[in-house]
Amino acid sequence: MSVEKQRFSVIGQPLPKIDAWAKVTGETRYADDLVLPRMAYGKLLRSPHPHALIRRIDVTRARALPGVYAVITGADLPRVKFGILPVSQDEEALCTEKVRMVGDAVAAVAAVDEETAERACRLIEVDYEPLPALMSIEESLAHPEVRIHEYGDGPNVHKNVSLQFGDLEAAFARADLVREDVFYYEGNTHLPLEQHAAVAQWGPDGKLTLWSSTQTPHYVHRLLAVILGVPAAHIRVIAAPVGGGFGGKLDPFAHEIAACRLSQLTGRPVKIALTREEVFYVHRGRHPVLMWIKTGFTRQGDITGCHLRTWLDGGAYGSYGVASTFYTGVVNPVTYKMPVYKFEAARIFTNKPPCGPKRGHGTPQPRFALEVQIDKAAEQLGLDPVEMRRRIVAEPFTRTANHLTITTIGLGECIDKVVAASGWRQKWAGWPGGRRRSSGPRRRGVGFACSAYLTGAGTAIYWNSMPHSGVVLRADRSGAVTIQCGATDIGQGSDSILAYLPAEVLGLSPRDIHVHPADTSLTPVDLGSYSSRVTLMCGMAAIQAAERLKAVVARAVAAKLECPPEALAFRDGRVGRPDDWERALTFAQAVELAEARHGVLAFPGSYAPPRRAGKYKGGGVGPSPCYSYTACVVELSVDEETGEITVHDVWIAHDVGRALNPLLVEGQVEGSVYMGLGEALMEAQVFRKGLHKTPSMLEYKSPTALETPEIHTILVETDDPEGPFGAKEAGQGPLLPVLPAIANAVYDAVGVRVDEVPITPEKILKGLEARRQGKPARVGPERIPVFRFRDPIVVESAFGLPAENVAVRPFADGPDGGARP
Amino acid sequence: MRVRVSLTVNGEQREVLVAAHKTLLEVLREDLGLTGTKHGCELGECGTCTVLVDGVPILSCLALPVELEGRAITTVEGMARGGQLHPLQQAFAELGAAQCGYCTPGILLTAQALLERGAPPTRQEIREALAGNLCRCTGYTKILDAVELAALRMAAAGGRGAAP
Repeated sequence: MSVEKQRFSVIGQPLPKIDAWAKVTGETRYADDLVLPRMAYGKLLRSPHPHALIRRIDVTRARALPGVYAVITGADLPRVKFGILPVSQDEEALCTEKVRMVGDAVAAVAAVDEETAERACRLIEVDYEPLPALMSIEESLAHPEVRIHEYGDGPNVHKNVSLQFGDLEAAFARADLVREDVFYYEGNTHLPLEQHAAVAQWGPDGKLTLWSSTQTPHYVHRLLAVILGVPAAHIRVIAAPVGGGFGGKLDPFAHEIAACRLSQLTGRPVKIALTREEVFYVHRGRHPVLMWIKTGFTRQGDITGCHLRTWLDGGAYGSYGVASTFYTGVVNPVTYKMPVYKFEAARIFTNKPPCGPKRGHGTPQPRFALEVQIDKAAEQLGLDPVEMRRRIVAEPFTRTANHLTITTIGLGECIDKVVAASGWRQKWAGWPGGRRRSSGPRRRGVGFACSAYLTGAGTAIYWNSMPHSGVVLRADRSGAVTIQCGATDIGQGSDSILAYLPAEVLGLSPRDIHVHPADTSLTPVDLGSYSSRVTLMCGMAAIQAAERLKAVVARAVAAKLECPPEALAFRDGRVGRPDDWERALTFAQAVELAEARHGVLAFPGSYAPPRRAGKYKGGGVGPSPCYSYTACVVELSVDEETGEITVHDVWIAHDVGRALNPLLVEGQVEGSVYMGLGEALMEAQVFRKGLHKTPSMLEYKSPTALETPEIHTILVETDDPEGPFGAKEAGQGPLLPVLPAIANAVYDAVGVRVDEVPITPEKILKGLEARRQGKPARVGPERIPVFRFRDPIVVESAFGLPAENVAVRPFADGPDGGARP
Repeated sequence: MRVRVSLTVNGEQREVLVAAHKTLLEVLREDLGLTGTKHGCELGECGTCTVLVDGVPILSCLALPVELEGRAITTVEGMARGGQLHPLQQAFAELGAAQCGYCTPGILLTAQALLERGAPPTRQEIREALAGNLCRCTGYTKILDAVELAALRMAAAGGRGAAP
């Protein structure tokens, strides 16, 4: 279903981002570009041990070094543990009793320059007592006598989850084919080009300002108050423009906290900028996940039920891990009709940098498993892999087995368009894979996969009933409109969205809107740039505020022009009656009338998602106002002699609800495809004896312009009732189908099933060798851990029930223009 | 040991007194206040800190100012002329080729060096020229599009496009 665009002036236009000009001239000031008078430079001393007790720290020699202003250890901070999730308060900015990974910070220095600070760090003496280090899920489970943390759901088990929706045995009994497969998804990291940096300034008035490259100034603000023991009201957190986030700048970090305390002690602003190697250890990226998936299919390809087990290698701390654990399970039933579902998941602590959210947060791993398994089932059933998926696409405006409400679904249209654009029907020559379709050692193949992703988490990190996003919109007699919102632009364009939407409502140009983002003193709270929530949530708040301003301006102009307010149009920077446009006022004149009647024109906008959490424990993770859908075709070739994979083209169709700016949506889709490609073919965050094997941008392989193929993006619009002007997310979902589509294309090319990512040349050659020896041409995990999941919480499946509370949300304006209670 | 160095940056003569081992990247950012040049790794791996020396892209994190006296150094701040953006800057803004914008200065300068070689490059030539500049946001697509657009505009205008 296509949505007509003519009725919009800003929405749907491929406009430059409002900050594009500053970014192409080098004017944008990122956190490390800030320089304040008398500023000191800080460094953290980090642990060289993956697991050790701290016996003693002696900072005497460091303090005596000329040019050193202050040296602190954990003893100089309040003894509170913190963590981004209330259920995982397990971190210290500077470890006091033990370190749990290489890279844990134990002390911090502020000095006249970075070199002096580094030299001082080398003068700090730390007496460690090494403990056995647990470097894998298997080791952590095999050694319950070694405890990384004292809390959790068992020795070294951070979280153990089991949820069941419907009668699984009956579902499998009904199936004509039941497949069990095991998959592994290696961990990888965000690798933003900008290393984290923070500048803290603790004034003599006792007030603290922190500028930081953070995606979540609000959460940093809240947690700093707890960590530093200072009222939140005396702390101001400003998110500098973020030079790439992808989930890597979502936690409160040691360097931010240390900079604050060092500033307090020295009476100077303090900057700490991380090195690239530090960023690899700070991490919080993609969890390595081992997966076992059992799915029942009918002869026609219907899914009768699915049982998924995931084991996450969490690393040394909780971070967002409990959410990540749920996300490996909860979003799977959103794509296809899946009437019965069970998922069991466990996150295991290991002595490695903690994993957390990376683009797609917990969902690319099970998506890889499910989409490759569906391909295998299609082959066994003799079905076309596209047609099989096409007929089992979930129904719009229904609920899933696990009680998630789905609104619009454009997946059918995505599939049709991507199949047509890619020439799939000509290129895919049918099962089985591995037959010779091209001469020579280079074999061409095509692969297909689909996915779905949430548009914003339905619940906040901490439980509350307040708005998830808020704006204040102000207009004055100059005719300018100013919008203040806590949202954080990490490159995706949220500042631009905050200009486009009020401009559309008020008939202005985005140039007429001043945007002030991400400053906890000046802007209403927005929870942060994560979970693909920003465009929808700050967008809805911005529209509400703009509509409220518009109503007041319209009443003032209506009195002047002696007509009902409803008769007025706002367009082209003017307000007037369409049938008497010569008398239309400029927007500045209209605001002047309204300001004279109403006083200062400042209006709030608030947004909170519909309350749809499933009524069972764990039901708070997964609900979202709406879900985006994606279908993807990959064409590649594999060299049978070297195992090298060359991806030629990626066609991707994405249901974005509505493209508020198609240029920015395409950019998000292309970036997602690229990042998925890197994860599929080369990126791996791996460790040896606690040390990162590749902690540099040369050794940690990521795709360059040469490896990145041509990406053909198709946008599908479904006008979702939950989104601003119908928009859904675009920044994460399009990553998901890329990996399984590549794996499926590799199989089509050479007949080798690589059931783990990254899919490297070595693995391809291993599969080809296995086939030559008459063994199954499969490369992937053979075993699953011996592990007892908890007894499941069994809930009735909500599959197929009508959607709940569509477009009913807190803080929405009622018919009278007032906020509902 | 501190040394006095005379640098020509964006056509201006600048004198600095710096430690001899300080990199050009550090001197540009910290001593000359030209923070448009970014750092991504400080090991010569990511291309983020690229600047032009006599029109040739170099990694400023691996260059020493003492070796660059008398050479013409161009940073992103030197691309626009008299308030008029370079066609590359214009195209990058128009086509959404800068997302987070952090790799943008280095990529713009690398592309400028490519375009000043003459005939509009093919897409593959642009890929090859930019292979040393990592970008994590864009998937390179809009960057390639923008370089192509700027090249067309510059060719049509007989050189530097709209800029004087």
